[in-house]
Amino acid sequence: MLTAEEINEIEAEAAHYPKRDALCIDALKIVQRHRGWVSDESLRDIAEHLGMSATDVDSVATFYNLIFRKPVGRHVIMVCDSVSCWIMGYERMRTHLRERLGIDHGETTPDNRFTLLPIVCLGCCDHAPAMMVDSDLHSDLDPQKIDTELERYK
Amino acid sequence: MTATIEKPLTRNMPPDGTPLDLRSYEQAGGYQAIRKVLSGGMTPKGVTDEVKDANLRGRGGAGFQTGLKWSFVPLGKDVPNPTYLVVNADEMEPGTFKDRLLMERDPHQLIEGTIVAGFAIEADIAYIFLRGEYTLSAERLSRAIAEAYEGHYLGKNILGSGYSLELYLHLSGGRYMCGEETGLLNALEGKRANPRSKPPFPPVVGLFGKPTVVNNVETLCCVPHIINHGAAWFRGLGRTKDAGTKLFGASGKVKRPGLWELPMGTTVREILEEYAGGMRDGVKFRGLLPGGASTDFIVEEDLDTPMDFSAMEKVGSRMGTGTMIVLDDKTCPVGMTWNLTQFFAQESCGFCTPCWSGLGWAERILKSMEDGRGQPGDLDKLAFQAKMWNPGNTFCALAPGAAEPLQSALKHFHDDFERHISEHRCPWR
Repeated sequence: MLTAEEINEIEAEAAHYPKRDALCIDALKIVQRHRGWVSDESLRDIAEHLGMSATDVDSVATFYNLIFRKPVGRHVIMVCDSVSCWIMGYERMRTHLRERLGIDHGETTPDNRFTLLPIVCLGCCDHAPAMMVDSDLHSDLDPQKIDTELERYK
Repeated sequence: MTATIEKPLTRNMPPDGTPLDLRSYEQAGGYQAIRKVLSGGMTPKGVTDEVKDANLRGRGGAGFQTGLKWSFVPLGKDVPNPTYLVVNADEMEPGTFKDRLLMERDPHQLIEGTIVAGFAIEADIAYIFLRGEYTLSAERLSRAIAEAYEGHYLGKNILGSGYSLELYLHLSGGRYMCGEETGLLNALEGKRANPRSKPPFPPVVGLFGKPTVVNNVETLCCVPHIINHGAAWFRGLGRTKDAGTKLFGASGKVKRPGLWELPMGTTVREILEEYAGGMRDGVKFRGLLPGGASTDFIVEEDLDTPMDFSAMEKVGSRMGTGTMIVLDDKTCPVGMTWNLTQFFAQESCGFCTPCWSGLGWAERILKSMEDGRGQPGDLDKLAFQAKMWNPGNTFCALAPGAAEPLQSALKHFHDDFERHISEHRCPWR
């Protein structure tokens, strides 16, 4: 079941669009913000609330990479793997993260603290390599700086 | 005063990295273009003609004439409402980091440009389609939009003029395809961001089937200045016939990676050597992509080319977004081409066969070369693929964009590709 808060937030967006199904990306993001990810049950609830089929909502949910259809950890690390970061040392950053966290892209640490994902260009190319943790951008990375920054996320 | 303004887009940005709030924006002359348009008796067509006369070309990369695009929108009382204006703030072209600066540091400039453009096409509703990862832009734009509503620059009956415009911020769910004009419209409608068949073009049949203009952030930021200072002034800012200033950038192993507002037509060499400070110590220049991932490599002999839409085409590339990605001699050109092709393969929406099938195929060939498993004949296969992705074979520009770095890498770095195959390894690893 969607919570009253989730429904309120979805309906606040409703005034911006002439059709209910246009709300579906916003609805997915709202539910994800509250629950961390979009489960099958949440997906069906969103579909029902918007008068759409669950299949239609899932075709949208699985298209967009910022919608998570699997559980993620408390913090999501997204490492930029696009060209400028690749030139400036992306592969070294990825190796460091893999060794430090013991997980690869798409995986979550056993203590549920971090999920590691690749992301396309974060528009931070003059300060490459870069990554995001949750909604924070971290740039000019090196292994030591990664270690320091990650300490902020418990 | 007009004659002394050389950097209209960035000159008011506070040096401490904070955004210009409403009051400071107004004190710096902000929202005067709105007043001029709304109370100075300009007609929508008059605004469009001024922008056309200024020769403003789209800063998202394609360089389409902005005023001409606006002029395709049907005007008048008989047009079925609403008409939409969409701000393409889905900056996802790898190597591009210019719109983020404009949104984070002077959000009202974008909002004012949106209102003027909205007036020109008689838009009722405008959306800023912002990529979800730009969290600071989202925060600052939200605050600025709220301030603009409070200042009666947005909403019903703006400044008592009778013109009304609602402006909403939409945060994307991700994917490069959302930056493609019609893919973006589908995304705003809550669908997958597949491209649409054209014609009809969005100015006639766009968002929710209604007339719609999609403009890039930097393009709209130029608009208030054109209204304030005139088309002739704007044309005079550029060194070549492509008018205005442009945010140029450089990333890669240069001494000072960064972003600079410079006259349109500044040469590649000036940007690379004077502004970016040349190559870092210990590495040599090999080539660069002039404006993002989907532009052709240029090499040393092309460095004196002016960065504008027309001149870059003459040397077989494109200005694109104007933010260059520099390749050095310690970085493998095959590896870089693999990284670029992998990006396009991953971001293909899966709609057109040459794209979803061909990009993955090319990506696997490039990866195998990097892993020392390249085969004789691979280069012909890559060249064939790049040809298949050329314009006309797909609905949108993603595959043609992917062809540009690949076909030019094969041309300029042919020996490096051959070495990967003959030595059964990547010589850079």
